[in-house]
Amino acid sequence: MDLTFSQEQDELRKVVRSFLAKHSDEAAVRRLAAEPLGHDPVLWRRMAGELGLQGLAIPEEYGGHGFGYVDLGIVFEEAGRALLCGPYFATVALAAEALLRCDDEQARRDLLPGIASGETVATLALTEDSGRWDEQGIRLTGRTTADGPRLTGTKTYVPDGHLADLVLVAARTPGGISLFAVDGDAAGLVRTALPTLDQTRKQARLDFTDTPARLIGSQDTAWPALERTLATASVLLAAEQVGGAAAALDAAVDYAKIRVQYGRPIGSFQGIKHKCADMLVEIEAARSAAYAGLWALDADDDTETPVAAALAQAFCSEAFTKVAGDNIQVHGGIGFTWEHPAHLYFKRAKSSEVLLGTPSYHRELLATRLGI
Amino acid sequence: MELDFGPAVRDFRDELRDWLADHLTGEFAAHRGVGGPTDGEAWEVRLAWDRELSNGGWLGVGWPKEYGGRGLGLLEEIVFEYEYARANAPYRATGNALDLLGPMLLKMGGEEQKKRFLPPILAVEELWGQGFSEPGAGSDLASVRTRAERDGDQWVVSGQKVWTSFGIHADWLYVLARTDPDSVRHKGLTMLLLPTDQPGVEIRPIRNLAGQDEFAEVFLSDARTGADMIVGEVGQGWRTAMATLGIERGTTLLPQQLTFEREAEALIDLARERGALDDPMLRRRIIDAWISVRIMRTTNLRTLAELTAGRTPGAQSTTAKLYASTRHQQLGHLAQELAGPAGQIVGEDYGLDMRQRSFLLSLAETIYGGSSEIQRNIIGEQVLGLPKEPRP
Ligand SMILES: Cc1cc2nc3c(=O)[nH]c(=O)nc-3n(C[C@H](O)[C@H](O)[C@H](O)COP(=O)(O)OP(=O)(O)OC[C@H]3O[C@@H](n4cnc5c(N)ncnc54)[C@H](O)[C@@H]3O)c2cc1C
Repeated sequence: MDLTFSQEQDELRKVVRSFLAKHSDEAAVRRLAAEPLGHDPVLWRRMAGELGLQGLAIPEEYGGHGFGYVDLGIVFEEAGRALLCGPYFATVALAAEALLRCDDEQARRDLLPGIASGETVATLALTEDSGRWDEQGIRLTGRTTADGPRLTGTKTYVPDGHLADLVLVAARTPGGISLFAVDGDAAGLVRTALPTLDQTRKQARLDFTDTPARLIGSQDTAWPALERTLATASVLLAAEQVGGAAAALDAAVDYAKIRVQYGRPIGSFQGIKHKCADMLVEIEAARSAAYAGLWALDADDDTETPVAAALAQAFCSEAFTKVAGDNIQVHGGIGFTWEHPAHLYFKRAKSSEVLLGTPSYHRELLATRLGI
Repeated sequence: MELDFGPAVRDFRDELRDWLADHLTGEFAAHRGVGGPTDGEAWEVRLAWDRELSNGGWLGVGWPKEYGGRGLGLLEEIVFEYEYARANAPYRATGNALDLLGPMLLKMGGEEQKKRFLPPILAVEELWGQGFSEPGAGSDLASVRTRAERDGDQWVVSGQKVWTSFGIHADWLYVLARTDPDSVRHKGLTMLLLPTDQPGVEIRPIRNLAGQDEFAEVFLSDARTGADMIVGEVGQGWRTAMATLGIERGTTLLPQQLTFEREAEALIDLARERGALDDPMLRRRIIDAWISVRIMRTTNLRTLAELTAGRTPGAQSTTAKLYASTRHQQLGHLAQELAGPAGQIVGEDYGLDMRQRSFLLSLAETIYGGSSEIQRNIIGEQVLGLPKEPRP
């Protein structure tokens, strides 16, 4: 039974954690958060070259390492713990997934090896001004011309869209939704970085005007694959949220042990102790939610995965925000300062909450999938 | 999520499924889902059901054969609980002995004690009650005052116990008593096995808020038991008690939480019937209730997977009780709200339906087995390593 971690997985966690502790420490996070690019190409190459993180769950035939989603979830948990800045989520959880899920062997052979090797930064452009993550929200149009497909319209809130070498675009075509690949520097594509509340994860607005594109999979039929992509990304984001929440709790506990008021460490007061305990209860519940999603993905369970994914986003989003907020509270005044890292986690939590759709949206997805 | 532990365990599961299908009929089937760890509803039927299980060889699946068990492993025990919950069989009346005393004896009891007490438990011939709490020793169990003194080849026990679940049915009690009169706190306590059928033991039912008489206060005045009726060593009762509470907070929650899932499903059916699914505020709470029970299940699976893999269970094994008890109460509140005005009406003699009963009894889940506040202390101090509260 694989509902627990293996020794190899413990080892993977250890390696990733110590790597990120070194290369994505608070100083690095603050540096990248302050820059508009928000991406460290040197770190990116090391992640791919030394640890193979971009290609971890990409099958070997496409240049990856062929690990499972539980393994990948461990990396996301650790990335969340370290508030890793850069296009890891966009590239791995969104773009690589979309390619894996769409029915286009040639595209996989062409595009995945670059992602796995760390050469390609990629993202998925789905949301538009409406901010909707459903099929109806897709308005940008794709049409066929003698010179191949062309895209016209606007995508926004695109994670790391300002720097991606490869943008996978969900577009409306005459009979449905289709997926297209666009070069980051394609003609007729204007990219505008958006200043973000959570500076650790960048977003961009992408304006397409008759932009040349490559059709991925067959026309009009991309939505089911995109839905599966979003389910997978929901689970991976949930794992990231668990990691972020765990780091926030660690910070709160460390502080509660050393901060003295009334002659006692504040952690000896039940008001604080019980708050920390409740944070852990919330985190362990979130872990269960996220892990159930990872197990369903690895079991390739088509019934369970969509349910587990919606549940994970509905729950883990709010859990991370709650715990990150409580961390600020436990720290008192110092927790409210720009200098203290507590707000970095809180803002990451708040933005992750809506990154793939709000908790309410995911509750509804869950209800629909359960037939409620 | 399905549990699959391989072919041998699958055979065991199929055998059990078949057996349950064949035997969970008639009156037993009519009492599907009835009862709980503190719920004495339909006691006689449930006892008869326990005997049916016993005859089928399903009690003590993991206990050694020499004591009447099946000698199978943890995996089979887990599968048993899951299949049992899936079949929605009546809650076992003898749970206290099966889930708490039995494991305690297996772990810490002497050979004679195991031979003497375990087979009658599995045969449903002797029922047990837990005599830990006292009027002055609840959360602070180390302040137990019940005394036991040695008199020749006997112990003489005096004091008062309270909140003993199913105490009125108990043939025996396992009692935490002070054997060293000069001792304080957890030193000098001893665990004793005490027969109730004697003049020195008086058991009076206490009516709980659901109108049931299922827990009791126990007055011990020079009650007697044999010198060989201590579990573990004299003065080491605290260790034995803590081990038992550890069992209580761990594995025994599992079957109970599985029944919460069923309640959540019933809640959704009720909501659908009432048109409540279209009310956005209710809808949200209903979905959250479903999420809660699903999370409880995964949390249990994580712990079980770790146990079966020979790993030390993680923090979730400690947080599970607090999460489940809190969420189950929320579920109960919601079910009552959905029931609407009809939920206010009870049957003759304060007869409650399953929903009302489960809701009212859920109020105890944040109290017994360590209250929520005590759970938070445990999590804070033992899991997170926060400094202890100043204690006298
Ligand atoms: C239905 C039911 C069945 C039971 N069955 C049994 C049984 O079979 N055998 C048995 O021995 N016992 C049994 N108990 C007793 C149970 O273990 C105790 O009720 C429990 O330990 C709480 O003790 P208490 O009732 O004395 O409350 P108290 O300990 O007086 O607690 C009162 C309140 O104060 C809080 N409190 C206490 N100490 C602290 C602290 N240090 N920090 C913060 N808050 C604190 C508690 O959380 C609670 O809210 C049962 C109880 C119930 C409700």
